[in-house]
Amino acid sequence: MSRIGVFICHCGENIGRTVDCAQVAQAMGELPGVVHSVDYKYMCSDPGQALIKQAIKEHNLDGVVVGACSPHMHEKTFRKAAAAAGLNPYLCEMANIREHCSWIHEDRAEATEKAKGLVRFIVEKIKYNRPLSNIFIPVNRRALVIGGGIAGIQAALDIADGGREVILVEKESSIGGHMSQLSETFPTLDCSQCILTPRMVEVAQHPRIKLLAYSEVESVDGYIGNFEVKIRQKARSIDVSKCNGCGECTKNCPNKKIPSEFEQGLGFRTAIYVPFPQAVPNIPVLDRDNCALFKGRAKGVKKQVCGKCATVCGRRAIDFDQQDSFITEKVGAIIVATGYQLYWIGKEQESEILHGYGEYGYGTIPDVIDGLQFERLASASGPTGGKILRPSDGKEPKKIVFLQCIGSRDRAKGMEYCSKICCMYVAKHTMLYHHKVHDGKAIVFYMDIRAGGKGYDEFVRRAIEESHALYLRGRVSSLTRNGDTIRVQGVDTLSGEPVSIDADMVVLATAMRPQPGITSLAQKLSVSYDLHGFLNEAHPKLRPVETNTAGIFVAGACQAPRDIPDSVAMASATASKVLGLFSNEQLEREPLIARVDRQTCTGCFHCERVCPYGAVERFEVKDRKGNLIKVIAEVNQGVCQGCGTCQATCPSKSIELDGFTDEQIFAAVNAL
Amino acid sequence: MSVPAKEKASSFEPNIVAFVCNWCTYTGADLAGTSRLNMAPNVRIIRLPCTGRIDTLFILKAFERGADGVIVSGCHPADCHYTAGNYHARRRFAVFRELMEFMGVDPQRITFSWVSASEGGKWAEVVNSTTEKVRELGPFVSYPRVAHAQVK
Repeated sequence: MSRIGVFICHCGENIGRTVDCAQVAQAMGELPGVVHSVDYKYMCSDPGQALIKQAIKEHNLDGVVVGACSPHMHEKTFRKAAAAAGLNPYLCEMANIREHCSWIHEDRAEATEKAKGLVRFIVEKIKYNRPLSNIFIPVNRRALVIGGGIAGIQAALDIADGGREVILVEKESSIGGHMSQLSETFPTLDCSQCILTPRMVEVAQHPRIKLLAYSEVESVDGYIGNFEVKIRQKARSIDVSKCNGCGECTKNCPNKKIPSEFEQGLGFRTAIYVPFPQAVPNIPVLDRDNCALFKGRAKGVKKQVCGKCATVCGRRAIDFDQQDSFITEKVGAIIVATGYQLYWIGKEQESEILHGYGEYGYGTIPDVIDGLQFERLASASGPTGGKILRPSDGKEPKKIVFLQCIGSRDRAKGMEYCSKICCMYVAKHTMLYHHKVHDGKAIVFYMDIRAGGKGYDEFVRRAIEESHALYLRGRVSSLTRNGDTIRVQGVDTLSGEPVSIDADMVVLATAMRPQPGITSLAQKLSVSYDLHGFLNEAHPKLRPVETNTAGIFVAGACQAPRDIPDSVAMASATASKVLGLFSNEQLEREPLIARVDRQTCTGCFHCERVCPYGAVERFEVKDRKGNLIKVIAEVNQGVCQGCGTCQATCPSKSIELDGFTDEQIFAAVNAL
Repeated sequence: MSVPAKEKASSFEPNIVAFVCNWCTYTGADLAGTSRLNMAPNVRIIRLPCTGRIDTLFILKAFERGADGVIVSGCHPADCHYTAGNYHARRRFAVFRELMEFMGVDPQRITFSWVSASEGGKWAEVVNSTTEKVRELGPFVSYPRVAHAQVK
């Protein structure tokens, strides 16, 4: 027989006004199993809690029911009080007679009857509560950061400075990301490389950061505190331990006409190359698709076609037969910072929802370029040495038209979101252009100017007032060749007039999209993503850098379009979350999770199929000799979040969710 | 069954049990309370972590114990705290509702709804409309007959 104590709270007048608390307490005292039942003005106050503690000791209670406010409000308070009196905290439960009763009813008799019913549910339920103890999960206090752009760099440095080891994985041969391609940054116009490269070097030299460039995440297993990540180190064709980055190989490579990815196709590189001079690590990579030696091998030519790089390499670091290698790292938390790509507006699109802008001639008219290409033209280290020159004939353009919202905010083309950074970088481009070509004219077609941010609107005003950019509100319908120039046909909606401009160059502010391959990475991590592939945060306001998978965090433009300050702030936020997680050797959590009955489980694994977290594992039951008897389900305590979907699905009722077992719920329903 | 609806409504107060998820509807009902939204006192809430946890047997048990109506409510699709529990619940209840109809139970006795943590008003509306509907239907006296028919 149970020894239950019932405590009915008046909550001042809040409950007492409509519910006759004394009557409820008296009625509960008459229920079988209830040995003590009282009402009190304020149960949550110190004297109220003392009342509970005293009763637990005096009456040797094995269950406490508090009829008061919502458990979301005070369940923790009362469980703590119960624990202080030596009762297992999970043997204390609340019945909500305030939010669900006294506050929503006026008739005293009706409300009192309902309150009795609500408390009775919990009294019957608690008879089947089991004492539970919190679960401790060991935490492997190392972090993995995926993506070596500014967000990944910031997160890695913050965690490493906080005293924990970090593994930074970057798929390109150098870290730096898109920020390393930018000329100058808004709203201060400081040089991107000047603020970024010191941080890149810091990453390379940090004793607690293990940098794995030219590598990708192959698979992820495990759960918070205990992830096991397999990483593919792609074959560079170079022995990293021997190479000292002297650059002789790149100088001597005969194939010098490969469009450079870093220069956005506006410059050239060799087949063995370093993407840009400040690359970290400063070790070249051999592009096998464009290397004469590998092309020869593919054709089956027996004689070695080239191999000049290997001949000139004094340290014999070139290894044409290198293969991809795999390493496995154990980490406790993962930060995803894979960044963005720009929307390619050509006809062919990878996804059905995207449509491209054939009418803008991108890829067919050489002087129609995108924002990142303009960055390379304006960059002092770019293909033109920082001079704004047309890609077609190398002449200085005297009139440039900038088009905003190409792809963004355009449902017809598949992306209804705002890419956030374009208004600002177009303003920056008009300024950079004005600084370099004093007699040049910049014309901007915009839909709205969204310059929310510290110093942002002032920056756009400067572009208009000091750099004399002409802002026209409206869209452009077509870009066509007109002799040496590009005919821009558009409309100025403020004057209502159609506009036709012959421009020397057109720059498209194309939309920001998540990196290709983001969805397959998200699936490896079991993180959800939206229609466009941006990763979903756990809560848009209150948990912006966590994901729904515990231990996995997001930073930067892989979550939504972000500018540099946003990405850095997010990265530091993830680092603080990770350091908080790593502050203890063990992770403590509530034990309200599923549990399998090994006797009755038949191993049908319906639970495995419905579990949203992949928490159900396979367990082999063996006899003493080691012969397999059956394979049954087992719940991983670190992964289970306690939704209970498995229990409702189990045909043999062999899986129970502690705190909400069938016995408990049926007992409550029986009390109806 | 010839009692006029009006007379029935005045003499009969239905018993209704609500199985709700902890994160959306329970919190939404809390909000209805904090907003002091007056509603019918016929509905009693049983809290579960997720609609995915709700076994259809709970509903049958409630009817067996004398409930005249049942409400099942959780997070809106795509809003589940546990990512997907409400989708499993939705499928389960679609099948269950058909089974109930086949058994001769008026499907109006079971209300399924999505009430988010911010929809206190909607919760009050669900409670009031369900109470009204079940009051019109009258006491669920035919349940024992249905249950026995199965045994035979």
